[in-house]
Amino acid sequence: MSTLLSVEHLSKHYTLSGGLFGKERRLDALTDINLTVEAGETLAIVGESGCGKTTLGRCIIAAQSSSEGRVVYHPKSGGDVELTALSKREIKPWRKDIRMIFQDPMSSLNPNMRVFDIVAEPLRIHKICKGRELEERVISTLEKVGIPAEAVGRYPHAFSGGQRQRIGIARALVLDPKLVIADEAVSALDVSIQAQVLNLLEDLKAEFGLTYIFISHDLGVVNYIADRVVVMYLGHVVENAPTELLFERPRHPYTELLLEALPIADPLRRKGRKTEARGEIPYLGNRPVGCPFNTRCKYAEDRCRTEKPALRSIHGSAQEAACHFAEQLSLKGAYDDAPTKEFA
Amino acid sequence: MPLIPMGDKPILSISDMSIVFSSPDEADIEAVRQVDLTLTPGKTLALVGESGCGKSVTARAVLRLLDKNADIQRGSIIFAPGDAEATDIVQLRQDSLPLRAIRGNQISMIFQEPMSSLSPVHTIGDQIDEMMVIHEGLKPKQARERTVALLDQVGIPGARERADAYPFQLSGGLRQRAMIAMALACTPKVLIADEPTTALDVTTQAQILDLLRQLQADFGMAMLFITHDLGVVAEIADEVAVMYLGDVVEQGSVFDVFAAPKHPYTQALMSSIPKMARKADRVRLSPIKGTVPAPRDRPQGCAFTSRCPYAFEPCATIRPERTAIGDNHHARCHLLTRQPAEAAA
Repeated sequence: MSTLLSVEHLSKHYTLSGGLFGKERRLDALTDINLTVEAGETLAIVGESGCGKTTLGRCIIAAQSSSEGRVVYHPKSGGDVELTALSKREIKPWRKDIRMIFQDPMSSLNPNMRVFDIVAEPLRIHKICKGRELEERVISTLEKVGIPAEAVGRYPHAFSGGQRQRIGIARALVLDPKLVIADEAVSALDVSIQAQVLNLLEDLKAEFGLTYIFISHDLGVVNYIADRVVVMYLGHVVENAPTELLFERPRHPYTELLLEALPIADPLRRKGRKTEARGEIPYLGNRPVGCPFNTRCKYAEDRCRTEKPALRSIHGSAQEAACHFAEQLSLKGAYDDAPTKEFA
Repeated sequence: MPLIPMGDKPILSISDMSIVFSSPDEADIEAVRQVDLTLTPGKTLALVGESGCGKSVTARAVLRLLDKNADIQRGSIIFAPGDAEATDIVQLRQDSLPLRAIRGNQISMIFQEPMSSLSPVHTIGDQIDEMMVIHEGLKPKQARERTVALLDQVGIPGARERADAYPFQLSGGLRQRAMIAMALACTPKVLIADEPTTALDVTTQAQILDLLRQLQADFGMAMLFITHDLGVVAEIADEVAVMYLGDVVEQGSVFDVFAAPKHPYTQALMSSIPKMARKADRVRLSPIKGTVPAPRDRPQGCAFTSRCPYAFEPCATIRPERTAIGDNHHARCHLLTRQPAEAAA
């Protein structure tokens, strides 16, 4: 496997105006993110709202400028392309290789354009083909995602949510990309439709040799689709591990908390947990000193409140976690086969 | 001890209810065709289904909160509080005093979006006080004492100060807690929760589910819990009713329905969600083919006919009967009543 994309020390901060007399404040949305995406893998980025997972996705395709660090793309043709250093004009050809699928199929398609034109637009912008060839390419892409050829003249409103998401996928695929960033691509869909779209994403990946960055908050879906998982909390990567290792034995207490909170669709495995007031995500502008998770962590010790742990490999394995006690803690995973509670 | 005496007698029974939406330029749409549900004190019934199946409409009908163009055409909603005479909520006049005495007082509701269902220009304390002042005639000072106690009970830290906060000053989780406190202000006998955790993060969702379970143990109210998430159903429900296009297709204890779903739609829903399993045990999802038809294209017979892998001759035209499968486990499917001879043919 070769590395397709690497993110090095990426940070993004916003400056908040302090009002008329107040001081300006800095809000760190992403802090020193390091990760690589291998060709052919599905890398999931998970975390709760406000953890920076969407910002990271947008920084990777340079839809948003980053403050520090680099995003480097390694195309098959050789050579490294530093996406973060390119101007808007220079980056355009690389936008063909890295495409995005958005969450809300209602608002991400232009309601005034026919489906055909929505999917044809990227081909026209990049001047790839026209006329008959363009028509064939658009229709064959739409058919691949399950939109019949006779429907291409319709407007988005005539389609259901699931079909609209398919159109969004066709728009991303029509340029024959290498890397697709799917930002909560199935979150807005009903379960039966979500299953259809997940299967479609898998089939397309196999057919076109795609690499996915799958941004999601749904750990059930992530366990199903991802090869590797990056867990984010307050703009930090707190754990980065192959899916099975992470779900088997998480190494960061935040990952454990997420897995514990995940409702499992099996009443026999009902968790029957006690309400443990474990607080809420702190406001980004008011991040705790030391480990960002220390205010909610039940294992936190003094060291966690002063010293920020770095992301590091655990026992030299492929599993990385940013926790001082990652080796010592015995955290609970999600593959619990035995029912945890007998029902009365 | 729960405040409300528990028993097996249903406190709320919806039977044979149908709800029709009319529009000036289109044909009427029967959003809910036939719903039978019963709620028992101290128990949670989860109503589950995909968007547009009529689950929210059913819930709103119980409080008569439907829009003007909606009409409950048939059926009854009997509210039997035990200490007073039973009332048919369908027969009450919209905005009549008896209805208002029930709504918010005996039966209350938690909505999905706390931000849009709380008043943005009143403090949460004032909004909760109002309930008790109106329904129980408390003095504002007494009401505030109870409000603070309630906010404390639903786990809002610094309850006395937070009572003076406006909704926008609270996080999503705290707002939902305030909403729950408001719903519980008058110690309702029935609590309707319409997707109360859908807009929340998983860790917050887990806290709210815990809280609702705890409060149900303390107060003993019956709960109608509406959701589209089977994981949440498995966590919180005693009983589950599965809706598809306006019909309750299957109903039973949560253990029975999850262990042995009998209706093809329930089975398909279950196999549409990824299992929490290791890579080696991973099975490809088997989604339901096609999409939910629009209500006007709904088949005359079983609503699921057009997507059902087992559909056979009578399905499209004849409504399947509600068939008992086991103890309190029912489903509407022709497969259950098919004669062995037919099956062999």
